[in-house]
Amino acid sequence: MNLRNVLVPVAAIVIFGLLWELLVWANGWPNYVMASPSDLPPAYARYWDLFIVMGWQTLWRTVVGLLLAIAFGVFLGMIMGFSRTMRDALYPLLVGFNAIPKATVVPIVALLFVGDHNFNTILIAFMISFFPIAVSVSIGLSTLEPEYRDILASLGASKTKIFWKIALPKTLPEFFGALKVAVTLAFIGTNLMEIVSPHGRGLGALFDSGKTNSDYPLMFAVLIALALMGIVLYYVVVALEKIFAGWAERSPSY
Amino acid sequence: MSEHLIEIKGVRHAYQTKAGPLPVLDGLELSIPEGGFAAVVGPSGCGKSTLTRLIAGLMKPDHGEVWLHGELVKGPKSIVGMAFQNPVLLEWRTILQNVMLPLEIVPTKMSKREQEERARRLLALVGLEGFEDKRPSELSGGMRQRASLCRAIVHKPEVLILDEPFGALDAFTREDLWQTMHKVKAEEPFTGVLITHDLRESIFLADQVVVLSGRPARTQYVMDVHLTGDRDIEHLYTPESAEALNILRRQIQIAQGRAGDEEVTQ
Repeated sequence: MNLRNVLVPVAAIVIFGLLWELLVWANGWPNYVMASPSDLPPAYARYWDLFIVMGWQTLWRTVVGLLLAIAFGVFLGMIMGFSRTMRDALYPLLVGFNAIPKATVVPIVALLFVGDHNFNTILIAFMISFFPIAVSVSIGLSTLEPEYRDILASLGASKTKIFWKIALPKTLPEFFGALKVAVTLAFIGTNLMEIVSPHGRGLGALFDSGKTNSDYPLMFAVLIALALMGIVLYYVVVALEKIFAGWAERSPSY
Repeated sequence: MSEHLIEIKGVRHAYQTKAGPLPVLDGLELSIPEGGFAAVVGPSGCGKSTLTRLIAGLMKPDHGEVWLHGELVKGPKSIVGMAFQNPVLLEWRTILQNVMLPLEIVPTKMSKREQEERARRLLALVGLEGFEDKRPSELSGGMRQRASLCRAIVHKPEVLILDEPFGALDAFTREDLWQTMHKVKAEEPFTGVLITHDLRESIFLADQVVVLSGRPARTQYVMDVHLTGDRDIEHLYTPESAEALNILRRQIQIAQGRAGDEEVTQ
């Protein structure tokens, strides 16, 4: 990573912040209408202990939900990728499930498992994020060119061997593409539950208390904290992709 | 048991489609002696690729028998090697790792070091020395096809099945690879079946050219090629070659149904 790779995005963020500050200043918006970037440091300074505790709650529950989504999504994708019948059977169900706005599922889950804050939150994060993973894995597996299979099958390789040696690595680029989408979705899921469920935890609950007290700087500080966590997790996925599916990236000179 | 390594007897096969059964092979006969190299030519869509899958044991014919080395083929055997028009190299492996792939499946007595040495030697044989640690995406189409060829023979298969391996290459690269094939055959003797659309390729590489009829395919014509000795591209421009090509071209026209029926009987 060279200096340019760091400077360009940092400059973009600084410019974004300046434009935001300018917009608030030019319109003369007071604090209770719209917070400006200069309001954020005092908000963080005042609530830093809450940010650490609740940020951690949000983070671990998102990650656990995401890991469950990966396990289940890959499993479902494998079933649909290898069996036409299962694909035909499950696709409409899956699309229908994904079409339901998760905001409507949140109160149902919250009532169903009332009090189980961690479980509730992880469940929603999981439900909202497994779909792209399942679809990408199933497409990756079902579009495997028959010649790839023939190369190993003609040598008497078992189906499991073909899966580990060819199908799985070949699907990795699609999988990581979907995982990047799933990361941000999982954050949405976690926060939906944290905001809606009573006596919630995590940054969502902090946001909610900011709303109740009309503390706009706090609300915006939460949004920025969420954005930061999302960026960090996203780049963790990018780093993993570089390690496990770096071969799919062509060097620009070629 | 049999003096032929590959023996295909009265094979008939039909695919089940929505519009009913679609016969692709009907009365196919083919026998190749040990060390022989047969080229199979015929009109497009006449079931040539089906033939390769039958020999590899990847599918079973509706009727008839496929024998390999005196044994009836019932399923995939580790004694075949395959190369296709699409080199299907694994992008996440280096060229060397790609070539060694079959050795991870087929039981072998070679130690890891011997395996690697063999793979390196084959790569050098086809002119890919120095490219062992490159990724497939860094190689040209012809080079990828060379690597694919090495992978097809690395486990010393008794039968090499080539399904239009040079079909997607430009003419010059193709002629280069034809010569590489002769080099490989001299160093690593194999019994082979080559599916091709190119009549010049068939007489240059094979010692037996089999013409299949249009769908459903049966064996229409078999020609023994006697371009023995050191085969050079120039051999393709001798009167004998021109005559052989002419005969084959006429047979293909018959197979396509473009010639009169009386010519079929001659």
